[in-house]
Order: sequence, then C-alpha cells, then structure tokens
Amino acid sequence: MPAAKSARPWSARADRDDPALLTSYRSDPTMLDRQTIADRLAAVGYVADGALATALALMDMLSRPLLLEGEAGVGKTEVAKALAALHGAELIRLQCHEGLDRSDALYEWNYQRQLLAIKAREGADAAATEAHVFSETYLLERPLLAAIRRTDRPVLLIDEIDRADEEFEAFLLEILSDFQVTIPELGTVRATSIPRVILTSNGTRELSDALRRRCLYHALDFPDVDREARIILARLPDIDVALALQIARLMERIRKEDLSKVPGVAETLDWAAALVGLGVARVDADREVLHATLSCVLKTREDRARMSPEVIARLAAKVA
Amino acid sequence: MTAPALEDPADIGPAARRRLSGFVRTLRDNGFAIGLAETRDGLAVLAAAPFGRPATVKPALKALFCGRRSDFDRFDDLFDAYWQGRGVKASVAVSGTSPKASQRTLRTLQQGTGSGGEPGPAIDVDRRPDAPDGDASPEGRREGATRHESLARTDFRKIADPDELALAHALAERLARRMRARLTRRDKASARGGGLDLRGTIRRSLSTGGTPLRLVRRKPRHKPLRLVLLVDASGSMSLYTGVFLRFVHGVLDQFREAEAFLFHTRLVHVSDALREKDAARALDRLGLMAEGVGGGTRIGDSLATFNRWHAARVIHSRTCVMILSDGYDTGEPEPLGAEMAALGRRCRRIVWLNPMIGWAGYEPVARGMAAALPHVDLFAPAHTLDSLAALEPYLARI
Repeated sequence: MPAAKSARPWSARADRDDPALLTSYRSDPTMLDRQTIADRLAAVGYVADGALATALALMDMLSRPLLLEGEAGVGKTEVAKALAALHGAELIRLQCHEGLDRSDALYEWNYQRQLLAIKAREGADAAATEAHVFSETYLLERPLLAAIRRTDRPVLLIDEIDRADEEFEAFLLEILSDFQVTIPELGTVRATSIPRVILTSNGTRELSDALRRRCLYHALDFPDVDREARIILARLPDIDVALALQIARLMERIRKEDLSKVPGVAETLDWAAALVGLGVARVDADREVLHATLSCVLKTREDRARMSPEVIARLAAKVA
Repeated sequence: MTAPALEDPADIGPAARRRLSGFVRTLRDNGFAIGLAETRDGLAVLAAAPFGRPATVKPALKALFCGRRSDFDRFDDLFDAYWQGRGVKASVAVSGTSPKASQRTLRTLQQGTGSGGEPGPAIDVDRRPDAPDGDASPEGRREGATRHESLARTDFRKIADPDELALAHALAERLARRMRARLTRRDKASARGGGLDLRGTIRRSLSTGGTPLRLVRRKPRHKPLRLVLLVDASGSMSLYTGVFLRFVHGVLDQFREAEAFLFHTRLVHVSDALREKDAARALDRLGLMAEGVGGGTRIGDSLATFNRWHAARVIHSRTCVMILSDGYDTGEPEPLGAEMAALGRRCRRIVWLNPMIGWAGYEPVARGMAAALPHVDLFAPAHTLDSLAALEPYLARI
C-alpha cells in the first residue's frame, strides 16, 4: 500500500479529482481483483459469491467501509474474519450495544494506576504530575483507537451497529471520515494506517442515510443449496459429499417452514458436525437420531414442537 | 485475469461520463441516496482495470450505489433497463440472453468512441409514485387477511352527536398533553444520582493534590418510554375509536417515540397520519387509510402481522404496548393467545383497554379476550375520559 494513498481517508472528497489517485487505483499492487479475492476467501474457508467478492475488492479500491446487512446467522461476522485471514491482518472487533459510548469504543484512562501515581508523587510539582498521569502510559486503547494506531492495516469489525444509538452512529461517522482522534489531555492522534472497516447490521434500528451513503453495501442472504453445501465441505472436510448436499437441501426446506427463529449457517455446521459425529450416513436413515439432533438447529420451544419427528422425516425423505 | 484496460482513467470519455450521470439520476429518481462522491467513485470503477469488464461493473456499482435492502433488490432491474436500453419488462422477458448486449454497450462506452454522443435509448423504468421511505419494494409488506372487506369509508368523526363528540375530543387531547408533560417531569427528577464518574473525579482531584474531595457523578442516560398503540377499528368499537384516536393523536404528537397501528381485518401503520398537526385532518387521513372498517375483527392475524413485520423495529426495552379492543375476535382464539405471548416477551408492558369493562356486569368471557388475558399486564376500561386519565400513574411507573 503506497504511503500516499493510506494518508488519504476515503472521505477526502477533494482528492477524488486527482488523476494520479485514480491511476493509483489500478497500479496499487496490493489491490486484489475479485477473482483472486474469491479464491483466497475459499482458501481460508469462506465461500463467497461474486457480488461479495466484488464489494470486498472495491473496499480497497475506493477506501470505503462495507456495510453488511442480513438476518442473524447469514455469516456477516464471518466475512470480517475471513477478510482478516485473507490479508493476514489483525481483526479488531467492536461489538455495539445500547448505551455504547466513547469510553467503551475509543479510549479510557487507567484510573487505578493514575490514582496510585498521584499518591506516589505527592508533594511533587502539580503540573508535572498532571503531565505524567495523562501520558500514553495511562491510556487504555479501545477498539477504534487501536484500529488507527496499528502499523499494519487491521480489519475493523463494527458489529451490530444498529444496536448502538443514533449519537454513537454520528460519532462513528466522524471517526471514519477523519481517521483521527482528539484526546483533550494528550492531543490529536492521527491514523498510522487506515483500517479496512466492515459494519454489520441486522436491522433492529434504521440506520442514517449519511452512514449508508458513505458505505459500500451488500445484503447477505442465507446461502443457496449449492453454496451451503460448499460451506459445509469447506469447514468439515471429512464429511461425505452426498451427506453435505442432503443437509444443505434439508436446511433450505427447514428455513421455508414457519419458524420463529430461522437457523443460520453456524447452526447448519453444528448440525452437520453432529451428524458426522454420530455416524449418520444419510439424513433419512434414522428419524429418531435426526429429530434428536435438531437441537443444533432449532432454538426455541415452539420451533421444536412444530418440527415433530414426522415432519422432519417427511422433509428428509424429500431431499434424500 | 487480464481485462481490457484503459490508458488513462480520466479519459473514459464524455459519453460514458454522461451515461453514468444519467444512470445516477435514474437511481436518485428511484429513491437511492447517492452523493457526488459516489458518482465520482462510480467513474473510477468504470475506469479501473479489474472492474472494466461489464460482468464486474454491475456488482461493483451495486455495492457502491445501494444503501439499503430495497435498493439492493431493485438495482439489477434498473441497471439492465438503463444500460441495455430496455424497459424493465422487456429485460425480464429476455433475461438469460442479455449479457452480450450489456457487454457491447459498456465496451463501446469505455472506448469513448464518438457514437456515444447521442443520448442512449429511452429508459423505460417503471418509476413508482413517491412511495414513503424505504418501503418502496414492489412486494412491499403484504399484510393480513385478504378476505372480503367492507369498503365503506366510515368517517370517524360522524359516529355520534357532533357537538358532544367535539367536546370529548378536545378533552381527550388536552388530557393527552397534560399526561405527557407530567410524565416528562417525573422522568427527569428520577434521573439523579448514579455511579461515580472516575474520569471527572480524578481530573478534579489534581487541584487538591490527588485527594478526590469533590466527586463527579454519572447520570444514567435516560431512555424515553415508547408507546406503541394498537387500536381496534372494527365496527363494534366505532363508538370508542373516535375519542380514543383523538387521545392517541394528542399523545403521539407529544411523545417523541410513539407508534400507532389500526387493525380490523388487517393491520395498518398510521403513525404518519396521526402526526399531522391538525387533529381533524389527521382523522380524515385515517378514515381514508382504514378502509374496510366494519368488516369483522381479526385480532390474532393482526397481531401476527405486527409481530412479524413491525415488532422488531418499533419495540425496544422500554416500550409499553397499548391495545384498545373489545376482544371480539372473528378468528380462532389459540393463535391470538400465542401471538400475545410472543408480544409479551418483547415488550415491557401490555396494557389492554377494553371499554366494555365499564359496563355493568361485564365479564371477559369472549373467547378471544379470554385467550389474551393471561398475557396482559393491565386490563383497564377506556370508556370515559376519567378512565383514560387513570392510566397516567401506571405509565409513569414503567
């Protein structure tokens, strides 16, 4: 990554007219095209479709964050993990929650140590003490600050941004456009590297248009049968190909049932691992075992009640 | 993986630039939020080598220009319609045979040949009329039962003696405003105290040699109470809905966070209509929206719709759901009970207002009412203004 480009955050609008920068989009040797990205993702165990690979390639080209939306369990967080693995970068994760504020997300002072230091220096010059306790030594990095102070470009995952409140979203926009943080006691910290930023949301709250506009967008769905089978095979290399395909087909049917909690890809993988562990060769072999292992997939009481042994056996018979 | 690259990206040609800005304009007309910076990045995408091939341009522009799910679902049609110069219907009809065509269009544009000077073929994207935010997808949210609904448009205001009604309405609205003011005061007063703010305390202690003489406290961030109102607009309730809607209008106007829904045979989201400043006009708009009033009540189905499509969005941890209904459900009681249970798991409190409680000798024996009752936190009458006023202390406690 040439230094000239990393010094330019994606929101530095004026730079976009600069033809040299446009050229650097293409000449940047670390930039991967989407096929390479898809291949490397597959190598680290993430099976991506073409559109997602394109979006990930664009992240580097345009230096924009990527907003991933989709239901719980479609593998949004996995994308960030896979991206970090692909670039050999560190993954820094900020899990959003209600009431998340600067001290959880950005930085905090180490108060216990500060108090000790003040006590230890009792009688010393007050100004010197103040300068000392508000120095780097006493600063606790939180994810956002950590992400811009790394020397190697990390992947910053801002998970479930919709759970944080509107004020935090505005604050995040500011950080993501300036990539610098002002700590009143310490001064301004500028980014040493611009992180690759992935935001995920599953729509518990409507995000602002400003945030949506500045991000690249990709809507993740549950994988189709073919992709899900490939995911199972990528994660559980020991599994029989035919069984993987049956499980993927069965999952597609289960998701179409009227469930209160639709199972995600992680559930599929658990289930596949359970079936392999129990030595099941075909999904329609033993309806009792199949029904018993449904606890990997169905996580509410109503859903369990709805999926009786007869129902699951009927579905299994259709896909086998 | 070599792609036909261009020598100089700034030179992708005025034709391509014009076509792209036309495309952006089409997208904006369809409700996409796209700024100048995005357009510029779009040009860069067209110019850059790995993205120069048409097959890559579409997903790349899609990631760049889309901002939400509804955009994402419509983009492909709009893209095909614009870049292939076909109407949406045409492009659907020939889907599968189209990649060649798109390739040609984009390639000629990229080479910046003179032919691009002429405007592209007319775009025949079927634009939807100004749909309200976000929900513009063609599928939309299809809601509730599709049985025969009475199409009579019942005017809420003309259900009884007009003078008397106007008086009741005015009182209901004033009551709502008063209630809001009192609730707010109480919330602020209770927001005192809380834990220590160490950062502030230590900062101040420096001036006293490190001894924290003055403590700084953190105030808990206050989260306002959110009201979600589900109002039965069926025929059997029509005498009460008028007054109650006026009350709801007053509350909604004052509460920053309140949502209202009407239900009869289906569920209608009416917050927007009720936010109209003028109460009479708000009720007029409601009258238009609540078509089918008097065609029976399907409380269970309406609640199912609410739980499925709206609950996740409008309910948070400090939400009180208020249902106004007499509990006469033409559907089965079991689903109603199940949906009430699901609703109860989500929200803080369920208040069920039933005007018939005020009647002498009333027992909640209607099958629907009996099924819903175990999940209700407060079961109260709402037949007089006094009974509405009696709700206030309860809401303040939540």
